[in-house]
Amino acid sequence: MTSPSPPRNAALAKVGGPQGFLPPKARKTGTTIAGLIYKVSGQGQGWAGGAGAGGVCQGELWGWGRWGTGGLVTQGLCPRWGCGAGSPSQGEVWCQEQVWGWLWGADLPHISPQEGVILGADTRATDDMVVADKNCEKIHFIAPNIYCCGAGVAADAEVTTQLLSSNMELHSLSTGRLPRVATACRFLKQMLFRYQGHIGASLILGGVDSTGPHLYSVHPHGSTSKLPFTSMGSGAPAAIAVLEDRFKPDMELAEAQELLADAITAGVLSDLGSGSNVDLCVITRGGAQTLRPFRTPIPHGQRQGRYRYRAGTTAVLSEAVAPLRLQLLDETVTGMDVD
Amino acid sequence: MAPYGTRLFSAGATLKMAAPAYGAREGTVAAAPARCTDSVRARVTKMEAGGMRLPLPFWAGSPAPGELYSLTCPSAAGPGLESQAGGGGPLTRTQNPMVTGTSVLGVKFDGGVVIAADMLGSYGSLARFRNISRIMKVNDNTVLGASGDYADFQYLKQVIDQMIIDEELLGDGHSYSPKAIHSWLTRAMYSRRSKMNPLWNTVVIGGFYNGESFLGYVDMLGVAYEDPTLATGYGAYLAQPLMREVLEKKPILTKDEARDLIERCMKILYYRDARSFNRYELAIVTEKGVEVEGPLSVETNWDIAHLIRGFE
Repeated sequence: MTSPSPPRNAALAKVGGPQGFLPPKARKTGTTIAGLIYKVSGQGQGWAGGAGAGGVCQGELWGWGRWGTGGLVTQGLCPRWGCGAGSPSQGEVWCQEQVWGWLWGADLPHISPQEGVILGADTRATDDMVVADKNCEKIHFIAPNIYCCGAGVAADAEVTTQLLSSNMELHSLSTGRLPRVATACRFLKQMLFRYQGHIGASLILGGVDSTGPHLYSVHPHGSTSKLPFTSMGSGAPAAIAVLEDRFKPDMELAEAQELLADAITAGVLSDLGSGSNVDLCVITRGGAQTLRPFRTPIPHGQRQGRYRYRAGTTAVLSEAVAPLRLQLLDETVTGMDVD
Repeated sequence: MAPYGTRLFSAGATLKMAAPAYGAREGTVAAAPARCTDSVRARVTKMEAGGMRLPLPFWAGSPAPGELYSLTCPSAAGPGLESQAGGGGPLTRTQNPMVTGTSVLGVKFDGGVVIAADMLGSYGSLARFRNISRIMKVNDNTVLGASGDYADFQYLKQVIDQMIIDEELLGDGHSYSPKAIHSWLTRAMYSRRSKMNPLWNTVVIGGFYNGESFLGYVDMLGVAYEDPTLATGYGAYLAQPLMREVLEKKPILTKDEARDLIERCMKILYYRDARSFNRYELAIVTEKGVEVEGPLSVETNWDIAHLIRGFE
C-alpha cells in the first residue's frame, strides 16, 4: 500500500474508507506453521541427538581433508550439499559409517536417508482483519540443510531469518563445516532474548545436520523447545490437535507429509488468521525440497468473465396470458410549440 | 404522548378482547373497556389534554415500551439486595467466574448424540474439585453439559430440575423436547445478560426426540446455535477442527465412531489444555434414553519424551 496524498476536497477525504486514510499497520502473519521429524524405523540405529562419543563429528573433519586423505576414500554420499558435488577437497567423498566404525569402533549416529524434518506453513498474511498477502512464503531458507518457518510479525520473522541465514553462512565458512541446527537455534534465542520480546517472531526451526534431524520452536522472548513435532501461530491449537492425534515416531515420508499437510489444513479451515495454500519443505540428509504449494484446501472458483445467461437458463414452469383491458378515458391533443 | 397500546386499540376492533384482560391484570387501566373506537379516541384525547402522565407498564418488573431497563433499582425478583455499585450503578452479581469447568464436547450421530465433559472444577489454576459432574440429565431425551462457573451451573440445574418436576405434575404425557429446553435456555441466558447479571456458563444441550438428534449451544451472552459438532472453551480451538475434519469426510457417524471421536478429542484436550483433567463423563442419548457413563479416563502416551534429547 502506498501512502496517500492529501485529499483535495472533503469528498476525497472519504476515499480511504469509513475511517478515512489509515497508514498500513505492521503486517502480521496470523499463521499456522508446524513441523515434525519423521523417521522410518529399521533403517539404522537412529539418532542419539548428540554428536556421539567424541563430541565432535569426526567425519566432518575428515571430509575437509584435515587428517589427510589416507586410503580411506570409500563410497557414500557426502552430507554436505547432499550429492558429492561441491564437497570439499577435490570431490573427495567418504562414508561416515565406515570411517567412524573403523576409526573409533563406537556407535556414532547413523543418519539414514529415510529420516528428516518436514516443515509446513499456510500462506496468508493479515493486516488486522484484512488479508494483505494471500500467497506469501513463510518457510525461509537458512542454509541448504536448515529452513525456518516464521509466524508473528511478518517483518520481524523475515528480517530475523535473513540475519540468521547470513550469519550461519559466515559461521559455516569459518568453521569449514555444515551448519548445525543447534547453532541456528542458539543464535536465534540469544538475539530474541536480547530484545526482550519486542521482536515478535515465533519461529519453527528445522534441519538435518551431521548429527541428525532436529526441530526447534523459538518464541519471541527467546525460549526454545526441542521437540519431535510442534506448531506455532494463531492456528497452532488446530494444528497441534491433528499432530497429537496422529503423530508416530515411526512414519514413512509420504505419511508424514500428509499428516503435516492435514495439520496445516486444520489451521487453514478453522482459524481466520490462516488461509490459502499449504506449503511444505522436506529436509533430509540428501538436501531440502520446498513444495510450494503442496495443497490447496479451498480451490478458487473459476472466473468466467461472461455473465450473460443463455436463453432457457431459467426454466419456465407455466405461462398464463391475461389481456390487459384498458379504457380510454380522456384524449387531449396539444400542439408542439416550435416558434 | 399516548401510550403505544391505545394506538393499537384504535386501529382495530379485533383487539377488543385484549383490553379487558390487560386491564384486569394491571388494575390501573380505566375501568371501561374499549368497546368501540370512539371511546378509545376520547380516552386518548383526555390523556393528551391531561398533560404528562407516566406510561403504564405493560408487564411486571420490566420497563414501559420505549424505556430502558432501570438498572439502578433492585429487580422485583431480588428484594433486599442493595446495589453493589453503591447507588447509581447497575445491580450486578456474577462478574468473574470462581470455580470453573473447562470444555464440553458434543457430537451427533445416527440415532442420538454424545456429550462429554471432564470432572474437574478449577479454582483459577488450582485443581480444586476433582470429582464433580458437569453433565446433567434433564429428562429421558435430553442432557445438558455446562462449562464456566460451577455455581451458576448448579443454580441452573436447580431451576431446570424444578421445571421438569412441574411439567411432570401436569401429567399430560408431554415432556420437554431438547429443542424446547434449548430455546428456553437461550431466552433465559439472554435475559440475564441484558440485566448485566449473566449466568457465566456455556451450555451444550443434546437430545434425541421424535427420531431426530439435537445438539445445541447457548453461551452466557445468549449466543445460540445448533451444529453437528460442538465444543466449548478450549475445545473450540483444539477439538473442533478434529471433529469437523472427521465429519467432513463422513457426515453421518455411527454411535461407536462418534464415541471414538469424542475419546480422541478428550485425550488431546488432556494433553494440551492446562485446566483439564484425566477423568471425564460421557452421556449418550438415544431413543432408548439417557446413559451417563463415568468416570472414564484417557490412556496417555508419554513415549515421545524419549525423543526429546540434545542441545538447544
